[in-house]
Amino acid sequence: MNWRSILTIFNFEMARFWRTPWESLAAPVVSTVLYFVVFGAAIGTRIESVDNISYGAFIVPGLIILTVLQQSLANASNAIFMRKFVGTIHEILAAPISFIEVVAGFVGAAALKSVIIAIVIYLTALAFVDLPLAHPVLALVLLVLTSFGFALWGFLMGIWARDWQQLQFIPMMVITPLVFLGGAFYSASMLPPFWEAVAKLNPVLYLVSGFRWTFFGMADVPVLSSVLALAIFLGLGFLAVWAIFRTGWRLRA
Amino acid sequence: MSPIIEVSDLSKTYASGTPALKGVTLDIREGEILALLGPNGAGKTTFISILCGLVTPTGGQVRVGGHDLLRDYRAARSLIGLVPQEIALEFFESVINTVRFSRGLYGKAPDDAYLERVLRALSLWDKRDAKLRELSGGMKRRVLIAKALSHGPRILFLDEPTAGVDVNLRREMWEVVRGLKAEGVTIILTTHYLEEAEEMADRVGIIDKGRLLLVRDKADLMHEFGQKVLRVELAAPLAELPSALSGLELSPDGLTVSYRYDTHADRSGIARLLGTFAAEGIGVRDVATEQSSLEDVFLRLVRDLA
Repeated sequence: MNWRSILTIFNFEMARFWRTPWESLAAPVVSTVLYFVVFGAAIGTRIESVDNISYGAFIVPGLIILTVLQQSLANASNAIFMRKFVGTIHEILAAPISFIEVVAGFVGAAALKSVIIAIVIYLTALAFVDLPLAHPVLALVLLVLTSFGFALWGFLMGIWARDWQQLQFIPMMVITPLVFLGGAFYSASMLPPFWEAVAKLNPVLYLVSGFRWTFFGMADVPVLSSVLALAIFLGLGFLAVWAIFRTGWRLRA
Repeated sequence: MSPIIEVSDLSKTYASGTPALKGVTLDIREGEILALLGPNGAGKTTFISILCGLVTPTGGQVRVGGHDLLRDYRAARSLIGLVPQEIALEFFESVINTVRFSRGLYGKAPDDAYLERVLRALSLWDKRDAKLRELSGGMKRRVLIAKALSHGPRILFLDEPTAGVDVNLRREMWEVVRGLKAEGVTIILTTHYLEEAEEMADRVGIIDKGRLLLVRDKADLMHEFGQKVLRVELAAPLAELPSALSGLELSPDGLTVSYRYDTHADRSGIARLLGTFAAEGIGVRDVATEQSSLEDVFLRLVRDLA
């Protein structure tokens, strides 16, 4: 394992993050505050509580997951897509490094950015609502795994995308609907039985539910199934990246 | 001395079915400058891209410093630096950072003293903190060279290093390349400026339609295929050549007669020719000879061998 190469890619990507602190940190915080205003203040006054948790607090884990998914995908896909677009990908391909090192550098940095943003959102939320954190270590583990998993898939998206439209396609058409229908703003148990069953086909529900459990100790689905779903998701992403670097698909002619 | 790069029967057919390389075999000697010449689309860039790990070959084998390029890619690639044809840079980075990044990517420990030497040699040291987008095109090209050199490669590939570069900068680049050769770096450059190959190369390889037509020492090539032209300036214009001089060329103004001869022939025929001038009573003011350039050689080869 070539740690120096990994660290070089990782530091380069993190430097980009710190160079534009406003875009990197302030934007996700502002949009979270907006969600608070719209869903928490406007709708929350009508719902009051879900399973004895104030609605404002209830939506926080979902908001964090929502942002983490979007940021992980966007950061990782942009990082590799920009290199393809500008042409600096050649440097990565010509370097004496393995795919694991490339992925570790890019995906690691994208995941860490998401984790930082998630923590900032959490701290922002504390200013608005009372927020318990029942299982902080597990919360962090789930957060890191989710960030890493979606950064991995974002990396794949960046390799797959041939143009900017394709780069936007999956976040817009797949991720956003899954997140909004994934119980970020409501509990699946609030749905009629049929729609509750449908909702349970949505993998994002398992993420949101598992993450919410680490805050409040209650969940729509067993926590173990959340962890399992996440592990499968991560494993598939890793296999796909491995296959891509092995065959050179859309990277090496 | 064993070659630093051994290429045997290398071929590449792209997914579209286009055959770009058809069985190229070539040994590259340590410390030489090899120029690969060929028209656009001949396969030069494909060849370089395979050797640098950007394109996967469909057949054949490459060994770099004794290491198999695919199986032992870490050892093989760490010997190589690539200066790509297109200017591709992170435009918001500073010069020094992008060069440090390249070095780190190759897993080398930071060594700012070494990078300073590289940047100074390329006249980039004063610009080390400048953002890449602020640099002129020529400087960007030099940054690409600095990046390629940042990990101290033993082999440097330059893919059309002077395409679209003005005359001064081209000469500057040649100086840089000569300096690298003096340090023992093996240099492979592609070009379609024949002047460049003629100026720089120890050996010249000619690629056309995916085949390596020949590789020869430049001097041998020029010698072997070289023709000389004798130009005879006349004291007074001629309306037409006398029959004894038929087969020669008379310039439109009637003042110069050109005679082509092969430098390998036992007799050049010059003495006989000048004798004929005297016998015909044609006054000669001056005589000059010209060596045919690599360009002439190249055009003849591509025509004859293709």
